[in-house]
Amino acid sequence: MSPSPVPAGSSLEKKDRWSAGVTPYAEMGYYDADYVPKDTDILCAFRITPQPGIDAIEAAAAVAGESSTATWTVVWTDRLTDHKHYQAKAYRVDPVPGTDQFIARIAYDIDLFEEGSVANLTSSIIGNVFGFKALKALRLEDMRIPTHYVKTFQGPAHGIVMEREYLDKFGRPILGATVKPKLGLSAKNYGRVVYEALVGGLDFTKDDENINSQPFMRWRDRFLYAIEGVQKAQCGSGEVKGHYMNVTAGTMEDMYERAEFAKEIGSVICMIDLTIGYTAIQSMAKWCRANGLILHLHRAGHGTYTRQKTHGVSFRVIAKWCRLMGVDHVHAGTVVGKLEGDPNATKSFYDTLRDNFIPENPELGLYFDQHWASMPGVMPVASGGIHAGQMHQLLHYLGEDVILQFGGGTIGHPMGIRAGATANRVAVEAMIQARNEGKDYFQEGPDILEKAAKGCPELNAALQIWKDITFNFESTDVPDYVSTPSVGY
Amino acid sequence: MRITQGTFSFLPDFTDEEIEAQMRYAVGNGWSLSIEYTDDPHPRNPYWEMWGLPHFDLTPDQIETVMREVRACREAFPEAYVKVIAYDAHYGRQTSALSFIVNRPSVEHGFELERYEDRDRVIRYRMKHLREKIGTVEIGNQPMRGADPASNGS
Repeated sequence: MSPSPVPAGSSLEKKDRWSAGVTPYAEMGYYDADYVPKDTDILCAFRITPQPGIDAIEAAAAVAGESSTATWTVVWTDRLTDHKHYQAKAYRVDPVPGTDQFIARIAYDIDLFEEGSVANLTSSIIGNVFGFKALKALRLEDMRIPTHYVKTFQGPAHGIVMEREYLDKFGRPILGATVKPKLGLSAKNYGRVVYEALVGGLDFTKDDENINSQPFMRWRDRFLYAIEGVQKAQCGSGEVKGHYMNVTAGTMEDMYERAEFAKEIGSVICMIDLTIGYTAIQSMAKWCRANGLILHLHRAGHGTYTRQKTHGVSFRVIAKWCRLMGVDHVHAGTVVGKLEGDPNATKSFYDTLRDNFIPENPELGLYFDQHWASMPGVMPVASGGIHAGQMHQLLHYLGEDVILQFGGGTIGHPMGIRAGATANRVAVEAMIQARNEGKDYFQEGPDILEKAAKGCPELNAALQIWKDITFNFESTDVPDYVSTPSVGY
Repeated sequence: MRITQGTFSFLPDFTDEEIEAQMRYAVGNGWSLSIEYTDDPHPRNPYWEMWGLPHFDLTPDQIETVMREVRACREAFPEAYVKVIAYDAHYGRQTSALSFIVNRPSVEHGFELERYEDRDRVIRYRMKHLREKIGTVEIGNQPMRGADPASNGS
């Protein structure tokens, strides 16, 4: 990495752009206030917190430089290229009122990136700059991916529409549950949970992110018992059911082997963790498109770099990459559950995953328009500390194209797993009925649930036991409310 | 056994008024409505028989007409599964938006699961719908149209 860029007001005499030594990044062309981004450019919005004494524009130019062509000193070999074409350009730097932060918008020419490779895109844009000494902190808030680049990716193996047709489930959120306890169950006991939850009324059950192939339960045994649970539940309900078989493993060869087996025994879906890496995710998406399995992605590990507001990568950017990489499902927050999730930020993730066009809306943290050019949508998954008593809130905040996963909220039901599943299913159907009938379901939600519970002891028990459970903590990752800074530099 | 396909199968069967309320929601969204029926409710049977063509461009005062068609289908096939489907033809969607059962046979016989042991502990499954010869729903070479498709109204 390079030394600090030149502090503002430095005594360094202005030298020729090309003479050997250190030239400020801004003067090397990495800042250009007059630059008009091209339709084909990849645009990034970075939240920059410069070190004290570092000029914001020079800091923004440094980010542009280090994430594209620059190194710390002038190199004459730049002159063998049409260097201006390859330079990223910071074209707008705005202070965030009331903070020491700035939002820098940077444009990258599409030629900087290999077609269809999130690994390449991210190696450039978040590859080096986040450790840059001149910055106290740096966060990638949003990224505009031009349709020209979008079209070089496969996109979701199936997408929301195809998944719904494949599952024959329309007009309501899909329901799931993660098998608990996540670690320790033997394969036969595990399949019992799958069967009970599915036959009770859920559409999906799920392996947890860290259930791969451990000494207490090897993957092949788990898959065999889980598919028995799925088949029995299909027979008992006449509905399509599924269990996300987690094929995450140490090598691609192992993952392909497990996925092939999931396919062979008739699973409609398999699952991977974000920890396997971008390239492995793209490989699995390609495999799932070719083999007809829906692909579920658990965002294991994302909180390490998405949660803090001043440093890392916003999940709305990760969501965009997930859509490009080609998963069919990804966990995207619950608003009301146990995990981080401001309503506005969560909405921006859901819109990004599902809609075809997402307009710029800084209040939601969306700094650019995003067109997906008909790339199918990804089904967002809400998981972690949610229960039937919140159904009106879940529908209000998350909408209909979502998978609601009630792990504890199913398996922890006092009357058993099957009863827990039934409670959730009755709650969601009653809420959809009420919404469609024009009721103010958000306000009347508790009454709607109570009325439904009169004919359903399972729902009644769920409401009694969890009615007071909420997770009201302040979110750390919230968009700036005064989002469009008043003064542009 | 109760087959739980469809958006509302875990709730008590809808009254005609409740069905109409869902249709109003669909029409309000600009969706078309159609009616399908079958004696083969296997979850992998995507093609139930169509009770006439879908009803496009509906206005709220035409919901009654569609409801009459639902009743006519039920009367023609009282022992069939009948469902109402709301279809969203908008760009980016172009698929069913809502689909719910509005008639069931008096007895639902359910399914039978047959297992075959394959090698290496793999089990092969075959799920078979247990239907009785009830005489009223026999879908043969030509799709059934009920009493008289020409008199389907609308």
